[in-house]
Amino acid sequence: MQRSDYLIRRVFFALATLVVVIGFNFFLFRILPGDPIKSIARSPRLTREAREKLRVDFGLDKPVFFDGERLRKGDVLGAFDTQFTAYVRALLHGNLGISYRSRRDVAEVLAERVWRTVVLVAGAETLALLFGVVLGLVSAWRRGTRLEMTILLWALISWGLPNFFLGIILLLLARGHLPVGGMATPGLKPEHGLAYWADVGRHLILPTLTMAIVYTSSYVLIMRSSVVEVLSEDYILTAKAKGLNTFQILRDHALKNAMLPMVTMVALNLAYTVGGAIQVETVFSWPGIGRLMYDSVQLRDYPILQGTFLLLALSVIVANLLADLLYSVLDPRVKAE
Amino acid sequence: MQQLREIWRTFRRRPMGIVGALMLFSVVFVAIFAPWLAPYDPDVKIDIDPEDLLAPPDVEHLLGRDDAGKDVLSQLIYGARVSLTVGFVASFMSMFIGTTVGLIAGYIGGRIGNALMRLTDFLLVIPDLPLMLVIISIWGRGLWKIIFVIGVLGWTYNARLVRSQVLSIKERQFVLRARAIGAGSLRIILRHIFPQVLPLILAQAVLSVSGAIIAESSLSFLGLGDPTLVSWGMMLNFAFERAISRMAWWFLLPPGFAIVWVSVGLIMMGTTLEEIVNPRLRTHHLFDPRHMVALIAGVRPRAEAEGAME
Repeated sequence: MQRSDYLIRRVFFALATLVVVIGFNFFLFRILPGDPIKSIARSPRLTREAREKLRVDFGLDKPVFFDGERLRKGDVLGAFDTQFTAYVRALLHGNLGISYRSRRDVAEVLAERVWRTVVLVAGAETLALLFGVVLGLVSAWRRGTRLEMTILLWALISWGLPNFFLGIILLLLARGHLPVGGMATPGLKPEHGLAYWADVGRHLILPTLTMAIVYTSSYVLIMRSSVVEVLSEDYILTAKAKGLNTFQILRDHALKNAMLPMVTMVALNLAYTVGGAIQVETVFSWPGIGRLMYDSVQLRDYPILQGTFLLLALSVIVANLLADLLYSVLDPRVKAE
Repeated sequence: MQQLREIWRTFRRRPMGIVGALMLFSVVFVAIFAPWLAPYDPDVKIDIDPEDLLAPPDVEHLLGRDDAGKDVLSQLIYGARVSLTVGFVASFMSMFIGTTVGLIAGYIGGRIGNALMRLTDFLLVIPDLPLMLVIISIWGRGLWKIIFVIGVLGWTYNARLVRSQVLSIKERQFVLRARAIGAGSLRIILRHIFPQVLPLILAQAVLSVSGAIIAESSLSFLGLGDPTLVSWGMMLNFAFERAISRMAWWFLLPPGFAIVWVSVGLIMMGTTLEEIVNPRLRTHHLFDPRHMVALIAGVRPRAEAEGAME
């Protein structure tokens, strides 16, 4: 099979996944009990006409998915004039609905917050990857020693550590030394320039550290088994026979080849990382996407919840696609099964 | 049965596995004998004097009291029941689904197998915790709903593992022979292939119990736990919302350490089992020969176990 075939397949799979997620996202929120009109206009004095007008304005008078009545009359295009197509059309225009609580545009709220989470997750992933690769490499190389056992035991313990609990421990420990909640000290505004951003950076330390510690463990374990496998290959023996020293072998031969599975790992891990972001942002009141999701669960703000979930799923799907593409560039042997 | 005994013989020589198993069984013990071990009824408010709310530990209340004046230790002991129930039932569900999907996709393959694997890939990509949050907050809170959601979303890794094993096992001699003498697909899968993948599933199941316990505690911490039951995650949720400003560490730390205790125990047990049943390379070319002796000594019993599994 050609490489281009492989790439097309991956892109196609990503698109199909996205379509299923959109459909799922639509139908899941349709089974909610209660009348959506009542949640947007919570007034008992609303007249029947006004309620009916709202219903038509929001397209809720249309059938949910498919209009069999109009199809039987020969109106093929009209049969798809439904709530689902209206939802998809709105999505394509970037319209995710209006928050029940703040009455703000969901897309606007998400756009405002998404970068805060991106900064947090990117920082934590970078740190975790760095520590994970180094510790994994060392523990594979020093296999069977006390050092390996120590690293391994620590990795196992932090694997069983829920994000939010580690966050609480760090919060208790760092109280008084570091800011433990929010994004900036109240009163400080972006207009203050450098002082503001330094303050934001200090607020970022604890949440980033929490996520980095938890995610390091999985990278250590994967890297370790990957390096152990690479080190038993014959080309390592060849390199040793050539007279290269251990450091050269580890850097030029082991690290390069053992890094391959890590690419997939980072992408797959992202699905867990966004879950971790919800917990960590909740503990530290970091006003990103994760905290938004927690708040909207508490407030039953379904449009926000729906939009947040779609954004998270979309970002993980895209990250996986990128990892697949990157993988096929890094490893020319990769082909579809 | 024979192979399980062999695995146990190897397992009991691994300190990490034994320690993990003891950690798990201590919690199972506490959960079973909760009514005899707990000093108080966890639901009873002992004192309602204002100074007794969030009272620090003393002789009568070893872990102090919570924001409603209840004994923290008793809640912790009863909480073990909730966490273990969720962990084991949800894990059993996901093992059952994953194994079935893996066996079918691996043995039958073709279009059905392909469709099943695409479904697996799809679920693998979708972020778990956000999806659980969305489903539970729409569907409503409840113990069995939580178990169901965790179980139904957690089978993907196991399905892939089982499938890849089945793909290699089904080409082996004994399967071909069974087919040659006319055994049906169902019989081959259940009698010849399933026993071969069972040890791997077992190791995976132990790990997945810890995953389910952590998932339950995360959901409860985020305020979506069963409102009628006090699980460890729920205690952390209460403690975090009401006790953190008063630095009530006796309310905050015990439930968290309980979660870590049982999940680390399960992980230690699971990884040990995995190493026994899923033999990988144990040595490499940069290996320090001084450690070789210890390694070979450790390897021997596993080789026996493999021989018995054949």
